[in-house]
Amino acid sequence: MATETHDAVSACLDSGGGAVGMPQLCGDWFGNQIFWLAIALVVLYFILSRIALPRIAAVLAERQGTITNDLAAAEDLKSKAAEAEEAYKQALADAKAEAQKIVAETKASIKKDLDRANEEADAEIKAKTAEGEKKIAEIREGALDAVKEVAKDVTTELVASMGQKADGRSVSAAVNARMKG
Amino acid sequence: MATEAQGADSGGLVFHPMDQFIVRPLFGDGAVGLFTLTNVTLWMAIAVAAIFALLVLGTSKRAIVPGRTQSIAELAYDFIRKMVEDVAGKDALPFFPYIMTLFMFIVFANFIGLLPMAYTTTSHIAVTAVLAMLVFLTVTILGFVKHGVGFLGLFWITAAPLPLRPVLALIEVISYFVRPVSHSIRLAGNMMAGHAVIKVFAAFAPMIALSVGVGILVTPLSILAISAIYALEVLVAFIQAYVFTILTCVYLRDALHPHH
Repeated sequence: MATETHDAVSACLDSGGGAVGMPQLCGDWFGNQIFWLAIALVVLYFILSRIALPRIAAVLAERQGTITNDLAAAEDLKSKAAEAEEAYKQALADAKAEAQKIVAETKASIKKDLDRANEEADAEIKAKTAEGEKKIAEIREGALDAVKEVAKDVTTELVASMGQKADGRSVSAAVNARMKG
Repeated sequence: MATEAQGADSGGLVFHPMDQFIVRPLFGDGAVGLFTLTNVTLWMAIAVAAIFALLVLGTSKRAIVPGRTQSIAELAYDFIRKMVEDVAGKDALPFFPYIMTLFMFIVFANFIGLLPMAYTTTSHIAVTAVLAMLVFLTVTILGFVKHGVGFLGLFWITAAPLPLRPVLALIEVISYFVRPVSHSIRLAGNMMAGHAVIKVFAAFAPMIALSVGVGILVTPLSILAISAIYALEVLVAFIQAYVFTILTCVYLRDALHPHH
């Protein structure tokens, strides 16, 4: 195929520049590919081992560290929150107890005042009642005397009207006896 | 063009599925020497630059809460680190940068090769053979440095009955030396096959311009096939990089702990 007229640059190319057989098996090109592959691999190896991999490893380690720290901080904050809640509950309980105490004290003092006022009122009522009773007794006493007087007078008059002389002493004795009966 | 001679029997369609793998000088038409700047140079440099952009520029903020690029970089880091740790063991971690280099290079070369007009550096056996030989030599040297002659215990399977052991040893030795071959051909073969198949379907796609009757069926079908194979290739690009890396880890474990 390859003609003398065409300047064949490689045994692996035909005169038209097409491939003869498999280009993969063309020995002319092995050296070039291996040379550039070696350079590519060496460059790549240095890029990876010197820059890329240490950097990614550092980033991953840093992230792991950050996550661990954040978790610890979260745990810390959680326990702080629990403490704060505890303190709040304690304060609430204290305040409730204090309020209860104040209520009880106030109740007690009011009751004391009330009791004293009651007592005073009772005593006054008693005194007033006693005075009243005394007055009633006096009035009753007075009334009895008046009744006696009237009874004597009436008796005397009755006896007189019956035409008899009334003896004052016997009349009053009779009236007194009747009053007692 | 002389190439028409090849495509003439398919009615003007031009099939050059392998031309995409040709190593060409970037400047001029001369021969490809050892140090010539070629498309290999360009696309390897693009891969290295892309990895640099992802792993170095993407992480330049060193953010505690990562952005999108940094997340991907960290994902890649974690992915390979975990693979090395789980498969090869904790004492293989000094080799992590080396394995990371292999994985990033292969996965980026594979994916960048999937861009239209791109050149797939990992589709060449020369490239993958070097990668595989590097692994093979590392593992072999490491095994002998760590365990001396004891490393040969890898081939002497004490779990098997004594008469079987020489036979098994022979098989083990052969399989050990076949490792770099399968390791490299698996990657290069997968990449090459996918790209070549896409190219073949791409050559069928302009059929409608030649014959409307045939093309009305063939053109949509080939475009559909290109899309389907492209999707498959996206999968393969990652899986082959993954397989290459995990096999490296497995070989490394053999070197560190040769007794099964």
